[in-house]
Amino acid sequence: MMIPMNDTVISAEEVSKQFTLPQTMSRRLRGAPQLAVNALNGVNFTLKRGETLGIVGESGCGKSTLARVLVGLLDCTEGKVMFEGNDIAYLRGNARRSYNRRVQMIFQDPYSSLNPRMTVRQVLTEALHVHRMRPRAEIPGRIAELLDLVRLPDDAADRYPHEFSGGQRQRIGIARALAVEPDVLVADELVSALDVSVQAQVVNLLLQLQEKLHLTVVFVAHDLRLVRHISHRVAVMYLGSILEIGPTEALFSTPRQPYTRALLDAAPELDPTHRTTSVAARGELPSPINLPVGCPFNTRCPFAFDRCFVERPLLTERGPMHRAACHLTDFGLAPAAVPPMQTEAVS
Amino acid sequence: MSALPSQALTPALSVRDLTTTFVTSAGRVTAVDNVGFDVFPGEVLGLVGESGSGKSVTLRSIMRLIHAPGVVGGSVLWQGRDLVTMPERELRRIRGAEIAMIFQEPMTALNPVLPVGLQIEENLKAHTPLDRAGRTKRALELMDLVGIPEARRRLSDYPHQFSGGMRQRAMIAISLASNPKLLLADEPTTALDVTIQDQILKLILELKRELGMSVVFVTHDLGVVAATCDRMAVMYAGRIVETGEVASVFAKPRHAYTRGLLGSVPRSGAERTMLLSIDGTPPSLAAIPPGCPFNPRCSFATEVCRTVVPPLDEVSPARLAACHHHDRVAAAGSPVA
Repeated sequence: MMIPMNDTVISAEEVSKQFTLPQTMSRRLRGAPQLAVNALNGVNFTLKRGETLGIVGESGCGKSTLARVLVGLLDCTEGKVMFEGNDIAYLRGNARRSYNRRVQMIFQDPYSSLNPRMTVRQVLTEALHVHRMRPRAEIPGRIAELLDLVRLPDDAADRYPHEFSGGQRQRIGIARALAVEPDVLVADELVSALDVSVQAQVVNLLLQLQEKLHLTVVFVAHDLRLVRHISHRVAVMYLGSILEIGPTEALFSTPRQPYTRALLDAAPELDPTHRTTSVAARGELPSPINLPVGCPFNTRCPFAFDRCFVERPLLTERGPMHRAACHLTDFGLAPAAVPPMQTEAVS
Repeated sequence: MSALPSQALTPALSVRDLTTTFVTSAGRVTAVDNVGFDVFPGEVLGLVGESGSGKSVTLRSIMRLIHAPGVVGGSVLWQGRDLVTMPERELRRIRGAEIAMIFQEPMTALNPVLPVGLQIEENLKAHTPLDRAGRTKRALELMDLVGIPEARRRLSDYPHQFSGGMRQRAMIAISLASNPKLLLADEPTTALDVTIQDQILKLILELKRELGMSVVFVTHDLGVVAATCDRMAVMYAGRIVETGEVASVFAKPRHAYTRGLLGSVPRSGAERTMLLSIDGTPPSLAAIPPGCPFNPRCSFATEVCRTVVPPLDEVSPARLAACHHHDRVAAAGSPVA
């Protein structure tokens, strides 16, 4: 599928999100500033019409927060999210309602994201009715259409969520999102709660629907294999920042940021002949309350040098549409020029 | 890593006809159905399957961690002795000592109100003759061994003060306290992030080499199997449907379910194409279809599959498969090769 290069649907500009923590008495007495979890720290990207942007990262990297900010479930603390050229924070009335309809989210947990007391018909009718998608008389026909679209049996409409398996519930979530004919789908860990064989069914369905309905998709996931499979472009997040963003093939074949490379090395490949005993990345994620000064990855990066501890690297051009945030601008280019990754077996 | 040790002919653990049933409101269900496999010394065996396939129950049945109304039948031979019929008192000298186990969710497996150091020492107290000072010293060594930094200070920390990866390391330290000969690992990395998973997997393999243990690795992730295991056994609806060397199973699966499972995992070079998914969902244990339990989802199924349960037979050297059409499946080729 061709990606139109010029038509930006959504863009994020310096988006930051802080969640303030409750102030403790002792901190208040000392006059200490209120602590906050820095979930997003200056995120920039653009989303083109018709493309799939994969967002990967480990837990706590801010990928779900970003998804929620994009659909307007959370307001960003700083920066702005632009939808077709308008800042979503200032959308009111019909414009806001139209944005809410056109940007839809599918949630991670198919067990808690559906109201257990509503049948599938009620869930879909509510969506169709609120956004005045169809006259009342046409609603049953549209529901049958939607169920067919996500390949659920016709008799599914009058059943309750608990009567379905996890994969089927995720299909109901997709049908609900598609009921209002959105332009953009934000899928937060769409298949991570599902078994591998069922995962493949839902992934196939998403690929087909995107083709058929010309959807723009933001696919948030922690599974690199899945993101690679489904995305045109991929953004790698770490501690609330995008460290690298680029076309899927370029990013996976020549990662230009040490964290991206560590993430790729750590993901187990389906090839029993490729085994290593070296650990891809030492250490663990620092606390998002006290962010490291400089590059967020400096506490774990085997290549970190003085500059990484004082100056935060910005996303800069590495290739066509490929940008990375690293002071080592030639990282990943000439393998001989950089030292090999850490080869300690046990950290 | 892939070659079996020379003494491979005598298995360390030999499981035969293991059957575990539970009484539920839907009647008696068979969670593990006539499962048999061997684990050789120094070998890593992967037990793969989707949720509800019986892989975790198999592991727990080996250790007799199944509570009533669950019933375990069959035999589990550990160095010539049958764990299933062994008196409880005797079993306690083996369980946690010669055979250790680590669990999926370290937060629920560790005691939240006891310091981690004490929990390691508990195992030392139960299974080694060390005195108090010796136990503390050994606990420190174990924490170092599994890569917990500042071990001395962290001995008195509680599990909630540890991160997920560190809790899993602490649990591995507890299980290693008694120098086990066999480690049963029940999805030890499923709850962890990919870089931490990588650290823990490499740690387990490293310790396996150093201590000469055998490992049974339960997982749903075929990537983990490819990266760590020597042999694998695929489970479906409580039965083993295929076993063999990992490289050979990946190269030429001989059961339609194994083939479908391999095809369901996205792989590089096939971006944005349809995955070879398996239609339908795994059956409920209360309603396993007659014949081959996989037949309603299988694209190779014929009439015989709907009536006759296929036996787990040797279909090629060192490969067992329970499929009437293993030749056709093999001819269809591997989706990952």
